Amino acid sequence: MLSLIVFLPIIAGLVILAVPASQKQVIRIVSLLAAVAQGVIAVLIWRQYDPTMAGIIAAPGGSPVGSFQMIERIPWISLNLGSFGPLTIEYFLGVDGLSITMVILTALISIIGVLSSWTIQKQVKGYFILYNLLATAMMGCFVALDFFLFYVFWEIMLLPMYFLIGIWGGPNREYAAIKFFLYTLFGSVFMLLVMIGLFFSVVDPVTQHHTFSLVAMASQENYVAGSILGPGSVMWRYVAFIVLFVGFAIKVPMFPFHTWLPDAHVEAPTPISVILAGVLLKLGTYGMMRINFPLFPEVYQAGLYVIGVFGAINIIYGAFCALAQQDLKKMVAYSSISHMGYVLLGLAAGNSEGMLGALYQMFNHGTITAMLFLLVGVIYDRAHSRAIDKFGGLASYMPVYAGIVAVAWFASLGLPGLSGFISEAFVFVGAFTSPTTRPIAMVSVLGIVFGAAYLLWSLQRMFLGKRKPDALYELETDAHGHEHIHFHDWNGKIDLDARELTMLVPLVVITIALGIYPMPVMGMLTASINKLVTVLAPVAAAAIQ
Amino acid sequence: MFEMPSGAEIQSIISTLRAGAGYFIPEIYLSALFMVLIILDLVLRGRKNRILASATIIGLLGSLYFIFQQHGLPDTEIFFGMYALDRFGIFFKYFFVLTGVLAVVISIEDEQLNGQDAGVGEYYALVVAMVIGMMMMASSTDLLMMFLAMELVGLSAYVLTGYLKNDKRSSEAALKYLVYGAVSSGMLLYGFSLIYGLTAQTNITKISMELIQHGYDPLVMILATLLVMAGLGYKMGAVPFHFWSPDVYEGAPTPITAYLSTGSKAAGFALLMRIFFVAVPHVSEGVEDMLSIDWLTIMMIIAAASMIYGNVVAIWQKNVKRLLAYSSIAHAGYLLLGIITMDKIGTQAVLVYLSGYLLMNIGAFYVIVTISNKTGSENLDDYKGLGKKMPLAGAALTVFLISLVGLPPTFGFVGKLMIFSALIAKGDLFMWLALIGILTSVISLYYYMFIPLNMFLREADKDNQAEVRTGMIPNIVTAVLMILTLYFGLFFQPIADFAGYSASMLGAVLN
Repeated sequence: MLSLIVFLPIIAGLVILAVPASQKQVIRIVSLLAAVAQGVIAVLIWRQYDPTMAGIIAAPGGSPVGSFQMIERIPWISLNLGSFGPLTIEYFLGVDGLSITMVILTALISIIGVLSSWTIQKQVKGYFILYNLLATAMMGCFVALDFFLFYVFWEIMLLPMYFLIGIWGGPNREYAAIKFFLYTLFGSVFMLLVMIGLFFSVVDPVTQHHTFSLVAMASQENYVAGSILGPGSVMWRYVAFIVLFVGFAIKVPMFPFHTWLPDAHVEAPTPISVILAGVLLKLGTYGMMRINFPLFPEVYQAGLYVIGVFGAINIIYGAFCALAQQDLKKMVAYSSISHMGYVLLGLAAGNSEGMLGALYQMFNHGTITAMLFLLVGVIYDRAHSRAIDKFGGLASYMPVYAGIVAVAWFASLGLPGLSGFISEAFVFVGAFTSPTTRPIAMVSVLGIVFGAAYLLWSLQRMFLGKRKPDALYELETDAHGHEHIHFHDWNGKIDLDARELTMLVPLVVITIALGIYPMPVMGMLTASINKLVTVLAPVAAAAIQ
Repeated sequence: MFEMPSGAEIQSIISTLRAGAGYFIPEIYLSALFMVLIILDLVLRGRKNRILASATIIGLLGSLYFIFQQHGLPDTEIFFGMYALDRFGIFFKYFFVLTGVLAVVISIEDEQLNGQDAGVGEYYALVVAMVIGMMMMASSTDLLMMFLAMELVGLSAYVLTGYLKNDKRSSEAALKYLVYGAVSSGMLLYGFSLIYGLTAQTNITKISMELIQHGYDPLVMILATLLVMAGLGYKMGAVPFHFWSPDVYEGAPTPITAYLSTGSKAAGFALLMRIFFVAVPHVSEGVEDMLSIDWLTIMMIIAAASMIYGNVVAIWQKNVKRLLAYSSIAHAGYLLLGIITMDKIGTQAVLVYLSGYLLMNIGAFYVIVTISNKTGSENLDDYKGLGKKMPLAGAALTVFLISLVGLPPTFGFVGKLMIFSALIAKGDLFMWLALIGILTSVISLYYYMFIPLNMFLREADKDNQAEVRTGMIPNIVTAVLMILTLYFGLFFQPIADFAGYSASMLGAVLN
C-alpha cells in the first residue's frame, strides 16, 4: 500500500518517458491519473488508519516495529564492516500520526499541483517526468522509517526541484535554482555525517546488527555505550543535534537560513511554488519531529528556549518582511516564513498542546499556502504582473476570485472559523503553558497583529478601492463619453475558470471544514503527539544523561 | 664480484620461475594480446580501426576468465618476492581490465582520434600495455618491480597522450606529462634508494621487518617518505603534485583523459596502499613507531589540500575536460581519506569508491566524447541548449555528475558513504577531515551543475533546435552506464561485499 503510494508517480514518469513529447495532453492525463490514484490510496490509508495506535517509538522488548501501521519491511542491504560487525539497511515504510497527516497533505497537494501545471507549455514531457520524480521523493520521505531510505528520498528531491525552478522559472531562475540546491545540500550533507555516526551508535535490539532504523534509533536503550553518539558522549550528541537541526531548519526555512525561499518562490512557476510551500517546507519540521528531537531528547530539552526564540524571530521577522513587499508572491513567501515560525514555536513548547498545534499548523499551512500561491498564480497569468500597487478594485470585476482570496487571506491571518485559527490557537496555548516559552509567546503574539496588517493591507490595496487601469485592462471612453473596460486577452471572462475552481474550491472547503470541525485530522495525530511528548519529556531526557 | 651461478642454482631459479608463471597467467595472456594487436595492425590493410578496437575489447574481456581462475589460488609471493597474488591484486586486475575495455569503447566513438591520417595502429596495443603495467603496479611487492611497472604505465601513457599528432595541445600535453613524469620518477627512485640504503632490502615485507627489528634514522626515513609520496602523488594526481593534470587532461585525446583519470590514478592508489600497509610498520604490529604517523600526517595534509584545491579551482574552469581534471584532483583527496583510516573498512571504502568512480567518470567522459563529436567543442559555453537536442546524453551526464558530487541514488553516493563511514568509525579522530570532505562536496555541486545548467537551463545561441542523432551504439552504452550508476547506487551490496572480500593484502594486517 505505502510502496504503491510512493512509487505510483515514478511509474507514471516512466510511462511518460515512452510517450512522444508531442502528446502533451496524454502526458498531463497520465500524471493526473497517477496523482488521483495516489489520492485514492491516501484516502484508503486514512480509512484503515487506527488513530489509537501511537507509533513514534517501539516499546523495549515489544515488537521491533512498534505500533506503526501499514508496515513494509524488507532487508535491503546487509554489509559486513570488519570490526564493526554487520550493518543492515532496510526498506522500511510505515505510518503513524505524524506521517499520515503529511501523507494526506502530500497526496492532496500533488493533485492540485498537476492541475495547476496544466498551463505549462514548455517541454511538457520533461516537466512532468521531473514532477513525478519529485512527488515520489516527497511521499517517500514521509513514510520512510529507515534513515538511509529517508536520506535517499530527501536528496532525490533536490535535483527535480532544481530543474523545475531552473527551466520553468522566472527571469532570475538560474540564481534561485542553484541557491536552493546549494542551501539544501549544505544542510543535508551534515545530516549524512550524523546518519553515519548514528548507525555506528545504534544496534537493532533483535538482531544486534548496526541499523539505520529510525524506530530503533528513537529508543535510547539501543545506543551502544561508548559509541560516538551513545549515552555519555555529551559533546557529540549536542553537535549532532545542532547539525541535524540546522539541516532541517534550512528546509523550514528558519531565520537566518531562510534567504533561499523568497528567491525560489518568486522564480518558481506556480505549481512548484505550491509544492514547495505546501509540502517541502513541512519536511523540515517533520524531520525535526521524526528524527531530530526523539533521537536526542535531552539536547532538545536543553534547546527549547533557543528553538522558541528562533520561532518568534521567524514569526515577526517574516511578517515585517511581508509587510514591506511590493511583489505579491514575495509577500506570500515571507508569510510562509512567518507561519512556519508558529510551527517552531509549537515545537519549542514541548507539551501536547504545542506539538499538536505545530503538526496541525503544518497541515493547515500546507493547504492555505497552496491556496495563496494558486491565487497569486491566477492574477499573474492574467496580468503578467504581481506588483501589489498595480492593482485596485479587483473585487468589482473578479468577484469569485476576490471571494476565494478573502477566505484564503483570512485563513492565513488566523480568523476564527477557519483552520489556521485552531492550529495557531493550540500553538499559543502550548507556548503559554510552558514556562520556558511563555515570554517568547508573549512577543510572538505581535506576529498575529503584523500578519493581519500585511494581509489586510494587501487585500485592501488590490481588491478594494478605486479601479486602476492596469496590466489587466484599459479604460476606453466611447463617443458618448461612457467608460468601458477593455480587457487584454481574456475576452471579458476574466474571473476564475473551471480548472482554477477545481483546484481552489476543495482547498476552500477543507479550510472551512477543518476550521469548524478539526477532528478528522486532529483525531489522527493526538495519540502520536502524546507519545512523542512522553518520549521527549524531561524525565526521559534526564534518564539518558 | 659476480659469479656465474652453478647449474643446480640455475635449475632452481628456472623451477621457481616456472612455478611462479602459473600465478601470472593473466599478465602473460595480456602480453600475448599486446603482440597480437601489433601483428594485426601490420597485417591488416585499409580501415582497420574498428577491427583493432573489437579485437582489443574481446581480448581484454577474455582475460577476465583467467583472472577469475585465480580466485581459487592461495595468496602467495612469486618470482622471489617480486610479485604477489592476493585478493587485493585480483580486485585491481578486474578493475584495470574493465577500465581498459571502457577506454577502448570510448575510443571507438572519438572522431578526432579515428579521423587521424596515421590511423590508430599501435594505440590499442598501448592501451593493453597500460593495463598490464597497472596490474603490475597493484600486485608488485618489490620496490624495483613497482618502479618498472610505473614506468611501463608512464611510457605508454606519454605516447597515448600525444597521440593526436596534428593537435598542438595534445603534443604539448604529452611533453608536459613526460617532463613531470621524469622528475617524479626520479624522486620516487631516490626515495626507494634511500629505503634500500636503510634496510638493504627491496621486498616490502622484508623492509617492514627490517625497520621493526633494526630501527632507522628518522631524518633519512622522513626524506625517503616524502620522496616516495611525491612520486606516488604524481600518479594519483593529488595536490601538490597535480600541476600536470589539468593541462594533460585537456590536451590528451578524451578517451585517454578518461583512462588516465581512472586507471592510472587507481593504480597509484593501489601502489600507495601496498607500500603504506605493508612496508610501513604499524602500531597494530606491536611497534611503537612514529613512521606510520609521519605517513598519516603527510597523507592527511595531501588529502585536505586536494579536496579543497581541486574543488575550489574547478569553479573557474570553462573547459569541461579541464573541469573534470580538477574534479579528479579532488577525488584523489576523498580516496586518500579511506587509506588514512588504515583499516579494513577504509580499504573496502576505497575499493567501492574506485568502482563507482570508474563508472561515473568514464560515463561522463563518454558523453563528452559523443557531444564533442557533434559540436566539435568541449567548452562549457557550447553546451548551451544541448539538453534539448540530446536528451539522453544530457540526462546521463547529469546522472554522472550527480554521482560525482555524491548524491543518492547513485554509485558515487555509496562511495562517499563508505569513505565517511570509515572515517567516523574511528571516532572523532578524523572528524575534521570528514568535515572538509563534506563541505568541499557542497562546493563541488556548484561547478558540476554548471554543465546541466548550460545544457538545460540555457538556450542555444543558434536557432537550430533539432534533435541531434547520436547513433545506436553510443546511446546504448550511455544508457547502460547511466543505469548501472543508478542501480549500484541503490543495490550496492554485491560491490561492497566483493570490495570487503578484496580488502585483504599479502603481508598486511587489516582489521
